[in-house]
Amino acid sequence: MTTADAGFGPAETRTEARPWLRLTIVALLGLMMLYGAFFLYQIAQPLFGAILLAVTTGFVVIFGANRFYGARFIFPGVAAVLVFIAFPVAYTIWLGFTNYSSFNLLSYERTIEVLISRGTVDPETEQPFAVARDGEVYRIWLPESGLLSAPVSLTVEEEEVALEPGEAPAALLTPRDAIALRSGLQSLTLNTPDEVALRNAGLRSFASVTPDFVRTGENELTRSADGLTLTANHETGFFETPEGEAVPPGWRVGVGFDNFERILESKGVRGPMLSIFAWTFAFAGLSVLGVFTVGLLLAVILQWEHLRFKTLYRILLILPYAVPGFISILVFRGLFNQNFGEINLILEALFGLRPNWFTDGNLARVMILFVNIWLGYPYMMLLAMGFLQAVPQDHKKAAALEGASSLRVFFTITLPQIIPPFLPLLIAAFAFNFNNLVLILLLTRGGPDIPGTVIPAGETDILASFTYRLAFQDSGQQFGLAGAITLLIFLVVAAISYANFVAMRRAANKRSGR
Amino acid sequence: MIVERPRDLRIKKIAAHGFMLVFLLLILFPFFMIVSISFREGNFATGALWPENPTLEHWYLAFGLDYTRADGTVVSPPYPVLLWMWNSIKIGLIASIGVLALSTISAYAFSRIRIRGKQGMLDGLFLIQMFPTTLALVAIFAIFDALGEVTPALGINSHAALILVYLSQITLHIWTIKGYFDSVDTALDKAAEIDGASPWQTFRFIFLPLAVPIMAVVFVLTFIGVINDYPIASVLIRSEDQMTLAVGSRLYLNEFKYLWGDFAAAAILSGLPITVVFLIAQRYLVSGLSDGAVKG
Repeated sequence: MTTADAGFGPAETRTEARPWLRLTIVALLGLMMLYGAFFLYQIAQPLFGAILLAVTTGFVVIFGANRFYGARFIFPGVAAVLVFIAFPVAYTIWLGFTNYSSFNLLSYERTIEVLISRGTVDPETEQPFAVARDGEVYRIWLPESGLLSAPVSLTVEEEEVALEPGEAPAALLTPRDAIALRSGLQSLTLNTPDEVALRNAGLRSFASVTPDFVRTGENELTRSADGLTLTANHETGFFETPEGEAVPPGWRVGVGFDNFERILESKGVRGPMLSIFAWTFAFAGLSVLGVFTVGLLLAVILQWEHLRFKTLYRILLILPYAVPGFISILVFRGLFNQNFGEINLILEALFGLRPNWFTDGNLARVMILFVNIWLGYPYMMLLAMGFLQAVPQDHKKAAALEGASSLRVFFTITLPQIIPPFLPLLIAAFAFNFNNLVLILLLTRGGPDIPGTVIPAGETDILASFTYRLAFQDSGQQFGLAGAITLLIFLVVAAISYANFVAMRRAANKRSGR
Repeated sequence: MIVERPRDLRIKKIAAHGFMLVFLLLILFPFFMIVSISFREGNFATGALWPENPTLEHWYLAFGLDYTRADGTVVSPPYPVLLWMWNSIKIGLIASIGVLALSTISAYAFSRIRIRGKQGMLDGLFLIQMFPTTLALVAIFAIFDALGEVTPALGINSHAALILVYLSQITLHIWTIKGYFDSVDTALDKAAEIDGASPWQTFRFIFLPLAVPIMAVVFVLTFIGVINDYPIASVLIRSEDQMTLAVGSRLYLNEFKYLWGDFAAAAILSGLPITVVFLIAQRYLVSGLSDGAVKG
């Protein structure tokens, strides 16, 4: 921060060659973005519209007014951070307070559309159809009743045309070509001469279709089958019969702290959560400890003045770091394979062992730690080599002359000197591993599963991979619950992040104080 | 340590080299294995660590070519590896250029331009950079699912959506580049200001040329970070022809369709270029790495 005061002052003193050009461009871009925001608002995405509006306002003010000259440089970066990081984070937390899931996936309006569009086919009227091309347009031919439709375009939304008795058209499209026109056929209504409306009822037939639900009020649907009135329940996000039976699909509503209560109080959720929580900390802590120990040990050996072939060793040792992580992890997944992996092949030949790396929880954890240390030690080694060089030689020499063993010199002189600058990096590594989704997802997918849980949870799941599974795998896209757990992860990460901030400040102060 | 007896020194040397060799053998074992497997017949372990009847079948398939076995049967490539590589490289390059542009300009502003509330913004940035984007996966999915209804080009299964998400890597790198700009002598920009340069000109003609080395580091780091991402790409990409390498490679080791040999060849083919780039650039990367980016 020593340079902060040397920067440029306010811009009043500068003159600009062509201010009108800049203002025109800013105005044009601003108008375009405004239109975009309005468009987003119109198509029922008010949230995105509001964000675009905020960005537009910031853009116009900062690039339009001269007194914000300095801020122009910072605007793109800050806007990107807000839109790409702060907004998704806030949105995730908000989702944690909703019931967003595969059962409550849609908006309220969309739910009504879906329900109203459902219909029951009257088998009496069901009959096959064929499509005939008539120049630029099409005609629908119903061979059983001998009816031919007026021309239809099959491209616009919701067409309604009349049927007249007629002759079979000469050339009919093949069924495959007719299927290609599916979307147009689905929004088509054909009226027979005796005033029965026929709609597309499958790939090959038209029939009279009675809608299952009719909208009879603001928050009311009537079920055609039994005449019951369904009322929208905006607390659960479902239409309900008078007896309280919910009719799927539902829509998204806020549910307050329900998701958090589930995590903390439901036994089938709390049990696995606790075990996953403990393993996440153990995994991150042991990983950092492991990579730090191995990396530091190798760095110390590589720094030894009498060692030859240093460069060669160094290159070979950082190979695991140079290979893209996802490839190494998948290679290990194959090598550790219980049935035909090379590691078990060798272990069986040497000791007659075939460990169940993927079905035994503890062995799976050992495997994960081994792979993670393999992946991570080169980074720590490279850092340690840098820090070791900064330790003054004369301190070590003095201690050695006093008769201290090299081990003692290391633990009393070297280690205390490299720990403070290392600390922020170790904390960052802890935070990284705390959310090391790539490793878990590619190696074990969290498995083996903990038996007897309400929601699928694995012995090697960390919190992040657990939420990933809740949201995107086998358990019905429970986005709301996943969002709630993410908020818990956020709290932990925020604490780690703050600790790192403090450690960084201390290290910086020490350096400048010297 | 300083004064050593020759006999002790020799024992120590042997011990050090011995340790290194054993350790390297353990560490490099997967590399030997994967090369051997890529030449082995079939897709399962057959008992031999060294291929008895070396075959190029897996390599033909990795390059997207049909392979004719000795008995006349023709094998077709199971997955489009080269297409996945191209997807990964394309997304990586575009995202890296975007990250570089945004973070260089912001870093210059944070280092040199007087703005109110700058220290607060910097502290906020430092705290935010610890939050990985993967944590907001649920929101990212919901956002792009909704955007996809507006325009499919920005929805699920589009590369544009993926690139936008990867732009969030700037937080890490604003910090890295700012550290570099802070170390540039302030006499330079004072001289430029006296000669009448605007802050933009100072940035364009003085700082940008100076920043080329650190920009190269940031570019390579971002590129590797993007290539290595699995969670975001696996959530946003659905169809096989849009997949990146990381998402696609996972398909090889599916429990129901286990293609160990084909995977080995594809892994070497796709991993080798990145590994070579990394090894060439490693000396320059190390300094950049210690300034904030964490990989393992």
